[in-house]
Amino acid sequence: MYVAVKGGEAAIANAHRLLADRRRGDRSVPALRLDQIIEQLGLAVDRCMGEGSLYDKELAALAIIQARGDLIEAIFLVRAYRTTLPRFGYSTPVDTGKMLIERRISATFKDLPGGQLLGPTFDYTHRLLDPTIAENGAVAEGERRDADAEQAPRVTDLLAGEGLIEPDGVAENGEVGDLTRSPLEFPLDRDLRLQALARGDEGFLLGLAYSTQRGYARSHPFVGEIRIGEVDVELDIPELGFAVNLGRIKVTECQMVNQFKGSAKAPPQFTRGYGLVFGQAERKAMSMALCDRALRAREFGEDLAGIAQDEEFVISHLDNVQSTGFVEHLKLPHYVDFQAELGLVRRMRAEYEAKQAEGDEPLQEAAE
Amino acid sequence: MTAAIAHYNFAYLDEQTKRMIRRAILKAIAIPGYQVPFASREMPMPYGWGTGGVQVTASIIGPDDQLKVIDQGADDTTNAVSIRAFFAKVANVATTTHTSEATIIQTRHRIPEETLKTGQILVYQVPIPEPLRFLEPRETETRKMHALEEYGLMHVKLYEDIARHGRIATTYAYPVKVEGRYVMDPSPTPKFDNPKMHRSQALQLFGAGREKRIYAVPPFTDVVSLDFEDHPFEIQHFDEPCALCGAEGVYLDEVILDDHGGHMFVCSDTDFCEDRRNHGHRGKLAGHPLEAAE
Repeated sequence: MYVAVKGGEAAIANAHRLLADRRRGDRSVPALRLDQIIEQLGLAVDRCMGEGSLYDKELAALAIIQARGDLIEAIFLVRAYRTTLPRFGYSTPVDTGKMLIERRISATFKDLPGGQLLGPTFDYTHRLLDPTIAENGAVAEGERRDADAEQAPRVTDLLAGEGLIEPDGVAENGEVGDLTRSPLEFPLDRDLRLQALARGDEGFLLGLAYSTQRGYARSHPFVGEIRIGEVDVELDIPELGFAVNLGRIKVTECQMVNQFKGSAKAPPQFTRGYGLVFGQAERKAMSMALCDRALRAREFGEDLAGIAQDEEFVISHLDNVQSTGFVEHLKLPHYVDFQAELGLVRRMRAEYEAKQAEGDEPLQEAAE
Repeated sequence: MTAAIAHYNFAYLDEQTKRMIRRAILKAIAIPGYQVPFASREMPMPYGWGTGGVQVTASIIGPDDQLKVIDQGADDTTNAVSIRAFFAKVANVATTTHTSEATIIQTRHRIPEETLKTGQILVYQVPIPEPLRFLEPRETETRKMHALEEYGLMHVKLYEDIARHGRIATTYAYPVKVEGRYVMDPSPTPKFDNPKMHRSQALQLFGAGREKRIYAVPPFTDVVSLDFEDHPFEIQHFDEPCALCGAEGVYLDEVILDDHGGHMFVCSDTDFCEDRRNHGHRGKLAGHPLEAAE
């Protein structure tokens, strides 16, 4: 006698118990602490905060441990928590021109006010595995120096002085959109597009950005500037009538400068692609800036030559929490639909074989 | 910090969000078959695993409701178990597996065999709400097509099926026209279930979380499967009855018994099947009732 499979509840409970066991691993190895993750896997924490769009290092570290280091799973955990949080308001725009800079480079000028500052970068390291790390060797402190009295204005502000680059846009009626609070409607304004890009999957954006460099919507980019450091976050309090400082966050900003030959409406000038991401996330910020510029093709009347310029395609598929959910949902049972297909294929197969059995003439191709 | 995380609102969603979703639902009911965009939230289960249905259910459920959750027609498939446990935890509601007792039934891929009654709400989990999506990938285009009632492309697709295969080769997610206006995706239910939607006494709500759309079929609404005069719509028929309860005219799952091609067919709707067996119906593989009791 056949007994329908039961016991889904017990199976799920047991699976989760085993998952918790595997996550912890060998109990004789000390368990990870949040501060270890925050201090020593800082870039993973930053990615988790950026794509999870919640600036909270402890929660990101917790998510990374809980997800066994699977960053997309960790981002998902952070997002699912973030969505339950109340919104108190929207901050005033952060002023990256007043950033406390840890790293700042420009590829367009040899030297500039505020100087070039390499900061903690993998650039120019030789990618040789370092056994002293495994041996927990001593690590020297970083060189410290007093903050430069000289301000480091943004490169785009320097260029803007000559009128050679398009100005900062102004948000319509001073409000920015929020795709986590209202459904998207294409075509999008740039504020929503930038929000989507900032939350988007680093790998997906990297691939798209790369495609623009290889000729699928080339935009002649230069790194005008990348800067990493801390900025003040301020919130307007209506009762007070002025903005109060909520604290500082670390961000990475990338401004790509792109050629533009001009149009009937605008003189020849440089245009911009913009990237801004929580934490230190240079690859993501650069990819975001390239994608932002590619997605402005219509605005500048440029030919649509690559997938990176297709707003609906890019924005609909860049979110890794959405992508992974829908790809992985194929694991769920689909046997009802499969049964329907099975029935159809069997019927069509029977008809096909009956026709073959008649034997006199082979099946005709439609084109004949 | 982490201790504060433990608190969640009744049915998980905050009241603001519920109100937003209820407004979308009301609009959807007012325009049967029309896909209403809504600000879908991130849920604690993955997109594509029923987040749309869960948000709809969370917005309409109250402490007095009786919730039934099915996946593939069964109450005990893993994802149905998981979603039912979610609501039992965050809303502390009574759950049931009996179709007739449920006030809200959340489903994936099936409509229960038992005819639904006035007062019941069927909540569908929808992966791709747009019936025209596989003909036209752009949302900007498909919205225009709906607005202009331009459904020629869909009929061409069905016609091409007939020209190539001698029949319409769509077996599930079979498109329907609602109240003579909007072409609608019934979600990936087998077309066997399409006639159950027509003038149903129950309210039917559809939630697509990842795609951020809600649509609805109010009670007693016309739901007609698309077809042609010379190729009328027809549902699947099974050659044998359920091997456990002997039911005919129901949707069956094929279960493979061995590696020599042995198989049996059993009801996809597990509650329906159990109920019949409790009333003494026996299929050919159900065994003798006394044996089973021992």
